[in-house]
Amino acid sequence: MSVEMELRAAACRLLEEGTVDLFIGWERGSLPASAVPVFITDPADADRLVFDITCGTNPAVYFTKDHRQFDGKRVGLALKGCDSRAMVQNIMEKQVEREKVVMIGVPCRGVLDRRRVALAADGREVLELSDLGDAVRLSGRGFDVEAPREAILADSCLACAHPDASVADLFLGAPGGMEDAGERRLRRVREYEALSPAERWERTVLEYGKCIRCYACRNVCPSCYCEVCFVDQNDPRWIGGTCEITDTLIFHLIRNLHVAGRCVECGACARACPAGVDLLLLNRKVAIEVLERFGEEAGMEIGAKPIMADFREDEKQEFIMG
Amino acid sequence: MSEWNPRILAILCNWCSYAGADLAGVSRIQYPPSIRVVRVPCSGRVDPLFILKSLQSGFDGVLVSGCHPGDCHYISGNYVARRRFAVLKPLLDFIGIEPDRVQFSWISAGEGERFAQVVSKVTEDIRRLGPAKRLVKKT
Repeated sequence: MSVEMELRAAACRLLEEGTVDLFIGWERGSLPASAVPVFITDPADADRLVFDITCGTNPAVYFTKDHRQFDGKRVGLALKGCDSRAMVQNIMEKQVEREKVVMIGVPCRGVLDRRRVALAADGREVLELSDLGDAVRLSGRGFDVEAPREAILADSCLACAHPDASVADLFLGAPGGMEDAGERRLRRVREYEALSPAERWERTVLEYGKCIRCYACRNVCPSCYCEVCFVDQNDPRWIGGTCEITDTLIFHLIRNLHVAGRCVECGACARACPAGVDLLLLNRKVAIEVLERFGEEAGMEIGAKPIMADFREDEKQEFIMG
Repeated sequence: MSEWNPRILAILCNWCSYAGADLAGVSRIQYPPSIRVVRVPCSGRVDPLFILKSLQSGFDGVLVSGCHPGDCHYISGNYVARRRFAVLKPLLDFIGIEPDRVQFSWISAGEGERFAQVVSKVTEDIRRLGPAKRLVKKT
């Protein structure tokens, strides 16, 4: 049985048994070769669920934006590696009750980035996409091409360190479908660090200068849920709402520090960005710094204290003046 | 022309470094007149946003000083602050901000001499870097 069929069966069973009141997964979108999130309450609708390379949305985001949304309801959900880590963070941060969710891990081999798909198809409209494993077949009016998987996967997936769910009540299929590419993520950061400070500044300004301050990255982020975000606050008004580079940079730096030790690098921000800013650059730097210094990563186990709210007395403090 | 004097924001913990600054003053210890002091209840009160905002508003550098590990008035404020700064500092370096512009130290209420030394050192470091340009908002 395919993972998709297993997922449908599991969702159907959970809803029928009444274990959950609602199931969150993905269904076919209205655009070709796309998937959108779906909330299912009727077991008969479980057939709408799909799971493949197009299922990018991180469902953990629905638990943090509106607390009333699932009040009292028990929710089942399908989770990729990053999604499950985001849920674990939500649970640790007391945004979700563990008993109220049934977490179903699905074996992830990465999700696509629509911009990269368009590039691989030379800008032609892809009407059908089939996953061949190491390659993906893209076809449309008058063309049919095979693109290597690497060419269309989202950047977050190409450098993913934890493709499988960190915590799951049930895992469908076999874990380990995708190799750990954490090394690649480290390499990206090290390459940037190898540049001179002046070059780093120049590149940062060029990259983040593309930002149009639409806040899509914040809105789609499962870890961003302050009731009033510091950029929207106007008494005191911490930063200007303009696209002036220092305003933009401070927004991104502070957002990164707010999600330090909490960001699971799902890449939702980067995929949502209309300006194509390489948002993961800073997230990765912070995540690596946190791992190296504090020996922990976001969302790996429930019960641990949030990393930035914790401390050890004998921590390295070489950055503090002697 | 006289030597350029940087403007540095010193964010000091009420229970230690602020009193250390006071001790330096009443002991008549000389140090460069480069700092403007903001008193906070604890180094744990210091949001990285304060630091970035200061740089954006035209300060040439920021010094944050709190109680030595183990001495926090609120038991663990400085430990939590330390984690925050441990991430902030490499992040600023990463995007190309000179690391010396933002510095951290632990100074107790009895260390007036040390307070003066730290301010001298930070002032010297920042003087060497010259006026801040990168994160300053042009108005």
